[in-house]
Amino acid sequence: MILNINDLTFKYNSHNVLNNINFSVEKGEILAILGPNGVGKTTLLKCINSILKRDKGDVYINDKDTLNMNVTEIAKQMSYVAQNNDTAKLTAFDAILLGRRPHIKWRVSKDDIKKVDAVIKRLNLEHLSLKYIDQMSGGELQKVSIARAFVQETDLFLLDEPTSNLDLKNQAEILGLVKRVVKEHNVSAVMTMHDLNTALRYSDKYLFLQNGSIYGAGDIKEISCLMVESVYGIPVEILQHNGYPVIIPGELTNAA
Amino acid sequence: MHFDDGVLPAEYYKYIGKKIIFITIALICLVLLFVIGISVGAVQIPFIDVVKSLAGMTVSKRFDIIIFNIRLPQVLTAIVAGAGLAVSGAVMQSVLRNPLGSPFTLGISHAAAFGAAFSVMILGSGTMASSISDAVAISNPYLTTFSAFIFSMIAALIILAVSKLRQGSPEVMILTGVALGSLFTAGTMLLQFFADDVQLAAMVFWTFGDVARTGWSEIFFLSFVTLFSMGFFFMNAWNYNAADAGDETAKGVGVKIERTRLLGMIIASFVTSVIISFVGIIGFVGLVAPHMVRRIIGDDHRFLLPGTIISGSLLLLASDIVARLILSPHILPVSVLTSFLGAPVFIYLIIRGKRR
Repeated sequence: MILNINDLTFKYNSHNVLNNINFSVEKGEILAILGPNGVGKTTLLKCINSILKRDKGDVYINDKDTLNMNVTEIAKQMSYVAQNNDTAKLTAFDAILLGRRPHIKWRVSKDDIKKVDAVIKRLNLEHLSLKYIDQMSGGELQKVSIARAFVQETDLFLLDEPTSNLDLKNQAEILGLVKRVVKEHNVSAVMTMHDLNTALRYSDKYLFLQNGSIYGAGDIKEISCLMVESVYGIPVEILQHNGYPVIIPGELTNAA
Repeated sequence: MHFDDGVLPAEYYKYIGKKIIFITIALICLVLLFVIGISVGAVQIPFIDVVKSLAGMTVSKRFDIIIFNIRLPQVLTAIVAGAGLAVSGAVMQSVLRNPLGSPFTLGISHAAAFGAAFSVMILGSGTMASSISDAVAISNPYLTTFSAFIFSMIAALIILAVSKLRQGSPEVMILTGVALGSLFTAGTMLLQFFADDVQLAAMVFWTFGDVARTGWSEIFFLSFVTLFSMGFFFMNAWNYNAADAGDETAKGVGVKIERTRLLGMIIASFVTSVIISFVGIIGFVGLVAPHMVRRIIGDDHRFLLPGTIISGSLLLLASDIVARLILSPHILPVSVLTSFLGAPVFIYLIIRGKRR
């Protein structure tokens, strides 16, 4: 078990954003955190990484309590891909090199440079290597952010809406990449996601949040119409296509 | 997980090499300008005599006096003050995540001006003497300097305190700085309104920043503070790169971003307060020098910081030399020139509208 979460609670202005969240993630697994807007998906991800301080509960990474770890130690165990990255006049190579920050004091070793080079090659980003990230498209920038997370060499990736604002091809490329690296290296990923169908296609497990609590969780292939309908409040149909379930949203009845 | 099949990419090293070449060239220019800066002025000293005098071989007694009592302190002050202002500006821009971060835009300079005016009027200290001015040299220069320093630190601390209340958000720091700037400007105007002619002259004279008012002991103190801050900023170069990537990403790679922001602001404010209180208000060096270097070698602070330090020195030293020559035999305060130079660059940056 890579990640284990017990009874996690997070309050904002004494209002409970997350209530008693419990779940765990195994090696080689991709978990999709799903749910409507504003339900606390991103907050949950930030609590796992201690970007936000949880009010209650434990987060164990590789059986170590993150409460007893400083930020650098946490950064060696899990990497975080934010939804919005600020850009600077920095080459992709240097931006990715930042991922080595938890492992270096100040001086960059040849080993660090080699690792960045290896990740760039693995992700086929050679053509972007010396391009400034402030001149990149959204898809390119997202690939750089993911490369930065890979070069951190952690056992767990936390990705906040990795494919929002990206076109179909970039979505497929980026999630395909995450899936490939997770399976090849036997590490894990937790992603918050909007699009149910991409979640179905690229993750192993799902976790539905509603009003800050877990509404349902399980194997992604076992998502039921009933569950989706009650979380999102819209009728859906689930079809099978090439071995993957596909969710088709229906019409909203004019009840309101 | 591990990635072990990488090599050392030649292209990347070439790119890094270019940055190092830029910094080296800037350094060579600075050395040349150092000699020129000592050479030119009301009395021209040939370059070769400058080098000889500096090496301890007395060419003439008169040259020695001019060099060691007037020119060398002035040139060194320009180098140290330019470096300190520029590097503080670069760090403020990074930790505030705003291209307008600088001591000038954050109201720290205005607070210093108020402090000086306060000292002249209320504490009755007058202003310090400058070798470029024979006008209003009055009683207690140290009190004026100290008062300017105290008020600029007060401004910096208020900015920090307010932002602490709001979880260190960059917007809060900037907005507070703008508000304080206008508050202290109003305070200065109030004092000026009630000042008599001599006091008014002293206040206005103080705000004309120039690098000719420092003696050797002040230079040693300035250098010590500036070097200390540079060391601190260098150590944090990676943290500033992380800050540029956004708070969440920074935390994700193990950077305590709030602490980086707070300490960066404290040290940067402290250095600029010290510099401003010794040389008066010198606008735009802290804003323009980092932006010039950013355009050429990018935002990687491992190279940006040394590049900015050297460019800041270059900018202020060059401005000072031009200020000495432009209306010769009259000598302009260098701040007039830096502001003339800085304003167009500032507007250019706004028009380009690049969000960092």
